[in-house]
Amino acid sequence: MTLDTTPFGVRARVVSVAGDGSTALRLMQMGVVPGAEVSVVKSAPLGDPIQVRVRDYDLALRRTEAQTITVAFDKE
Amino acid sequence: MTSLPEQAIYDTRTELHAAQKPLILAIAGNPNAGKTSLFNALTGLRQKVANYPGVTVERKEGLWSLGRDLPAARVIDLPGLYSLQATSVDEQIARDVLLGQNRNTPRPDVVLVAIDATNLVRNLYLLTELMETGCRLVVALTMFDLANRGKLKIDVDTLSEGLGVPVIPVVARQPDSIDRLREAVLRVAAENSGGEFDGATAFQVGTKSRRDLAFTQRVVSLGSVGKGNERWKTSLTERYRWIENIVNASVQMAPYTKQRSTTERIDSVITHKVAGPAILTLIMMFVFQTIFSWASVPMNLIDKFFAFLADATRGHLPQGMLTDLIASGIIPGVGGVLMFLPQIVLLFLFITILEDSGYMARAAFLMDRVMRVAGLHGKAFVPLLSSFACAVPGIMATRTIENPKDRLTTIMIAPFMSCSARLPIYTLMIAAFFSGQRVMGFISLGTLIILLMYMLGVAIAVIVGWILKHTFFKGPSTPFVMELPPYRVPQLGNVFHSLLSRVGIFLQRAGTVILAISILLWALIAFPRFGGPATAQQRTFQVENSYAGRLGRVIEPVIQPLGFDWKIGIGLISSFAARETVISTLSIVYNVSEDTDGGSNSLIDGIRHAKRSDGSPVWTPLVALSLMVFFVLACQCMSTVAVVRRETNSWRWPLFMICYMLVLAYVSSLATFQGGRLLGFS
Repeated sequence: MTLDTTPFGVRARVVSVAGDGSTALRLMQMGVVPGAEVSVVKSAPLGDPIQVRVRDYDLALRRTEAQTITVAFDKE
Repeated sequence: MTSLPEQAIYDTRTELHAAQKPLILAIAGNPNAGKTSLFNALTGLRQKVANYPGVTVERKEGLWSLGRDLPAARVIDLPGLYSLQATSVDEQIARDVLLGQNRNTPRPDVVLVAIDATNLVRNLYLLTELMETGCRLVVALTMFDLANRGKLKIDVDTLSEGLGVPVIPVVARQPDSIDRLREAVLRVAAENSGGEFDGATAFQVGTKSRRDLAFTQRVVSLGSVGKGNERWKTSLTERYRWIENIVNASVQMAPYTKQRSTTERIDSVITHKVAGPAILTLIMMFVFQTIFSWASVPMNLIDKFFAFLADATRGHLPQGMLTDLIASGIIPGVGGVLMFLPQIVLLFLFITILEDSGYMARAAFLMDRVMRVAGLHGKAFVPLLSSFACAVPGIMATRTIENPKDRLTTIMIAPFMSCSARLPIYTLMIAAFFSGQRVMGFISLGTLIILLMYMLGVAIAVIVGWILKHTFFKGPSTPFVMELPPYRVPQLGNVFHSLLSRVGIFLQRAGTVILAISILLWALIAFPRFGGPATAQQRTFQVENSYAGRLGRVIEPVIQPLGFDWKIGIGLISSFAARETVISTLSIVYNVSEDTDGGSNSLIDGIRHAKRSDGSPVWTPLVALSLMVFFVLACQCMSTVAVVRRETNSWRWPLFMICYMLVLAYVSSLATFQGGRLLGFS
């Protein structure tokens, strides 16, 4: 499942970040790396961008960027 | 490191005292990590703001006292950066300074790394890169009190040992934390650095912890990015693992609670699907209202002051060229710039508060989708909105846009947002030709037309922006990825400092260009000299036969298709310096006394009754409309030209802007006038 289709409020972990360019670099520099805890908080009024909680802070991403992030759900 | 800490401090002090050479410090760190607060706490008012040559990012440098008998340390506040692998102009500058590759700034002796205690893991990423550059480092742990309040217990000693770098919690209002920072800096300054940064070779890392690092990637060579293999991702991930291990060992978090933080609670309203945009609209309306109405009082005062000054000058200095230059050229010219000051101060005040509180990021978040329709970035929203008051601070506000192409596009279209200087012209035209009429029974025609003018500006801006993004400024679209920082109460001291520097720069730069062109304009109207008594008729004669007047007649054939005659032409020429001057120029040309307070009324009469040689009126409602359209689209503001020149650091873009806007204005005005004639209006 990728981050753009992840339901709101569910905690997940990053599995991988696709792509080889500036977007992937930026995302990973900001801590979106395999193993990081993420959850989708909400989306902007028109559905895009979305607000994602990454460990200790909040990140705003466009859906196309969120699509590159594959996640897996925490088993509680 | 064999010497005792005290010995190291003593050694450093001795060396500094002997050499009398100031220690050079840089403050690096993530955006929103509290660098600027730290900088202000260290340097107080001993700050000076300059420009990084070649680019437009402000360079802030200040002096921090290290103790008696020692030269004060030079402290450089760097732009925020997430990583030395830079993606924006800001970050490149910071990186160059840190690596000693900036020609104008020497390599820092010690780097203070501001690390946000409430966001440790991500903030430490930069530190891992810095550790490999051989820079001497001290971590200033900011927001420490906030972290404690959030039930985050950080064992500073364990953290410091794990990282291999001194960690000093800093609370701005506690001077002893600053003292401890000072000691750490002096201690570290005595260390041998890890070596000169040399892109070609790997490093010898000095302390035990650093040798534990599983990665030896050199900072520059995450350069396998984009090359097809994804090795860089592995090393990047390893760094974060390393960081996490250390943080887990040093930090004890309160058990996870469902209780929402203050930021979350505020955001439930601010970024709510319905309330969010509504609040944004309200805030923007408030800002505008304030700028238009509150600023007008001081603006009028400044205006009157300069008028008084001009009269006083004429009264007290001997009659002659120089006096005239000062009274009719320099004073009105400079006064024209300074008149904007209240507006600019207010606008910057709001922008700074909105930025520092964290709201700006939410505004970009809400507006991004809409802006993208025009090919713009969400972060362009606030600068463009500000431009409705005045494009000068609006253009300066585009610094938050990292992508240079997106930023340039925004700068190029900002002047289309009808600024407050256009309002006097709109008002004059409405009063002369469209007053008293109503549409649909209750909306006044005048208001409707003004609204139309504003919308015209926005529509053209969107179209031009779209074109620019698909032609000149085409490029890979930059990621939107943007941090939404926690809400913080803006600190008054920081706001004040910010305001001071931004306003100072505005005055300094825009003022020099304006001054120069004011003098030029004065000369064009003052020469050739025609003698005679100083009557209103004489003044009019002077204007009509000066170089400016001749110029007006020369361009008359060109502007006739737009419905303008040569007198309007003179007004147009003068308006390129600043839009409102058209009113004063027209007043002179239409032989209206300058000191009539209801001057506009007489000007209105003059306009209504002006006749051509064949008896037909010069001005008609259609001509007025044509003129307004021209003013919506033409670039008629030296201050804007000056600030674009400054922000893009070349003359190419301001010239391009003047040209394409002129073409647009001409064509649109032509279409309006000729189209109107075709439709039967006169």
